[in-house]
Amino acid sequence: MNLFNWLKRRRSAPVARERLEILLQYERSLVNQTDLIAVLREEILRIVARYVVIDPDTVQVKVNRGNTVSTLAVGIRVRNAA
Amino acid sequence: MGNVVVVTSGKGGVGKTTTTAALGAALAQGGQSVVVVDFDVGLRNLDLVMGAERRVVYDLITVIQGVAKLPQALIRDKRIENLWLLPASQTRDKDALTEEGVGRVIAQLRQSYDWIICDSPAGIERGAVLAMRHADAAIIVTNPEVSSVRDSDRIIGMLDSKTLKAERGERVEKQLLITRYDPARAARGDMLSIEDVQEILAIPLLGIVPESEDVLRASNLGTPVTLCAPTSEPGRAYWNAAQRLNGEDVEMIVPSGKKGFFDRLFGRRAA
Repeated sequence: MNLFNWLKRRRSAPVARERLEILLQYERSLVNQTDLIAVLREEILRIVARYVVIDPDTVQVKVNRGNTVSTLAVGIRVRNAA
Repeated sequence: MGNVVVVTSGKGGVGKTTTTAALGAALAQGGQSVVVVDFDVGLRNLDLVMGAERRVVYDLITVIQGVAKLPQALIRDKRIENLWLLPASQTRDKDALTEEGVGRVIAQLRQSYDWIICDSPAGIERGAVLAMRHADAAIIVTNPEVSSVRDSDRIIGMLDSKTLKAERGERVEKQLLITRYDPARAARGDMLSIEDVQEILAIPLLGIVPESEDVLRASNLGTPVTLCAPTSEPGRAYWNAAQRLNGEDVEMIVPSGKKGFFDRLFGRRAA
């Protein structure tokens, strides 16, 4: 029985490698996404600021990842003309 | 102009300090001038591994704060004349490490040494960022184990974004040093292989250092392993890594875990 289990036991290194590859692929995409959001935020800000007066600190950019569709939400507070 | 190399890992306890001491000693024994700099403010250990803990008077922080001049803080190794240590502070606030101050010290060291080897603290916080900030090259110390590989991946990302070189659009040369490699576990398939780690992290391999009692003995004695046990497996692995760092073409040896005849005969003597 013990010998059978020993033979059947899967080596742990391949499992480790597989888990790492999946995890790192995800984590690397997160790093890039953070950069993407920062770039998007700057670009959107620049274009909108050409036409209306905005408060740069209130601009929010959010990416929600879904299974089939992801959404990009941009929130900008525009100052009312006095 | 000296070469600035950061020894970094993200994860703690993987062998950064041992590596800094061993490579620093090997390069200095080869005739080049070397300074090893401890960036681990508050938890300094490089002085202990180098056997200079009782000679620390001033440190990196006191130099940055202007309390001491750089030459006053540098400690010359008693065994190798081209080797110097700039210790970290034990007590001072780690916020005293300023970007401007570190830049000044590194610029000054570049003038007088061939190699400036920076021992990074663990983590991905300010101290680790400042240690890598001015680096021309990086040695990423990784154990063949999931959490260490993951943290190394994070550190590689930071080397590509948070260093001065990266900000100038240049590349910090990154090399992988695998430490605490266990040949027996690797043979059983129960440890990530060298190929696994190298393929996942995708940077060139600088060396493979086996898990070894010689490394422990070297730190017990306060002598870099390249000096204390130069013919042991880890000693040779670090010697070869130092040669590769120096641009020499040396064949990569995968540790077997077996002791050579010479070391079996004399290996026990040092301790």
